Amino acid sequence: MKFAILVNEGPYQHQASDSAYQFATAALESGHEVSRVFFYHDGVNNGSRLTTPPQDDRHIQKRWSALAADKNVDLVLCVAACQRRGMVDDGERDRNKKDATNIAEGFRISGLGQLIEAGIEADRLITFGD
Amino acid sequence: MATLNIVNKSPFEKRSLDQCLARINEGDALLLIEDATVVAASGTAYTEQLTSAGKSGALYVLQPDLEARGFADKPLVDGFNAVDYKGFVALAAEYDRVHSWL
Amino acid sequence: MEEEYSGGVEKKFLYVNRRVPHGTVYALESLETVLIGAAFDQDVSMLFIDDGVYQLKKEQNPDSIDFKNFAKAFRALEMYDVEKLFVEQESLSERGLTESDLLVDVEVISREQTKALIDQQDVVLSF
Repeated sequence: MKFAILVNEGPYQHQASDSAYQFATAALESGHEVSRVFFYHDGVNNGSRLTTPPQDDRHIQKRWSALAADKNVDLVLCVAACQRRGMVDDGERDRNKKDATNIAEGFRISGLGQLIEAGIEADRLITFGD
Repeated sequence: MATLNIVNKSPFEKRSLDQCLARINEGDALLLIEDATVVAASGTAYTEQLTSAGKSGALYVLQPDLEARGFADKPLVDGFNAVDYKGFVALAAEYDRVHSWL
Repeated sequence: MEEEYSGGVEKKFLYVNRRVPHGTVYALESLETVLIGAAFDQDVSMLFIDDGVYQLKKEQNPDSIDFKNFAKAFRALEMYDVEKLFVEQESLSERGLTESDLLVDVEVISREQTKALIDQQDVVLSF
């Protein structure tokens, strides 16, 4: 079965991103496909490569990036939510004339249409939020 | 057609559990995750309501979230089944749609 | 950011709105998603229950807190072929509201009808 996941909250503040990650991992281990994880609202903050959690804590962004690298999971950050919150990739840096980027490996910025498309193409869309 | 309803808030803080239960269909399932897992343990003011909800649909609680909150060894409300994340995935696949009552 | 989708699949999408607007961003973002999603030619319904009914309250003036007045966009939904707006009677009554307090034409439904509506969907989105 093909799953898509929506994450509405940022890392560390709320369990949503952790729950979504555990769900995604379990789905993959159960032989299912996780086609896309869409990060919306504060959820886009999961994609910052500049986070440094204490060494004895989980590294939420790195866990997601590893899923993208190892399991080919498409991690999409909502562009409008990114622009409001200072999440910047190369394209956004050039377009909006910013002096830096902060998007982690495996994440990409795109439009809300990617969420709708995920809902259409996946067998189930599961939302994790506050 | 049936729904897997997910609630993630303690009903002592937010009303999403009550709001979900008010609109749950016969044959639907309820899965408590995150902070909502605290009422899967028997003996709260919600035990009776959940027991009666269990008569028209299946009740599940996410075991790792329950354990994290110190309720691993507590008896569950009658009708509750504890699942791990793989069990959560299986439920999401089994039911026709997933509705997160945020 | 216009995205076209030509997969030929039509699913029933239900957007469940259960929050008061302005205190959090979710009401605005739900509407944004519906507007973007309209390009995908899906069978879209919006459901307003619990505090979500406040999103349709007439005479919102969020200028007073320097917020965008997105409620006006509910009136534009028809142009996007989003015509199925459902409001639950019990949620209105609990809050001392009636249909005449709402800024757009909706179909007022009972709690039983709400349950049936949810049961017909392929995808339920709730922020």
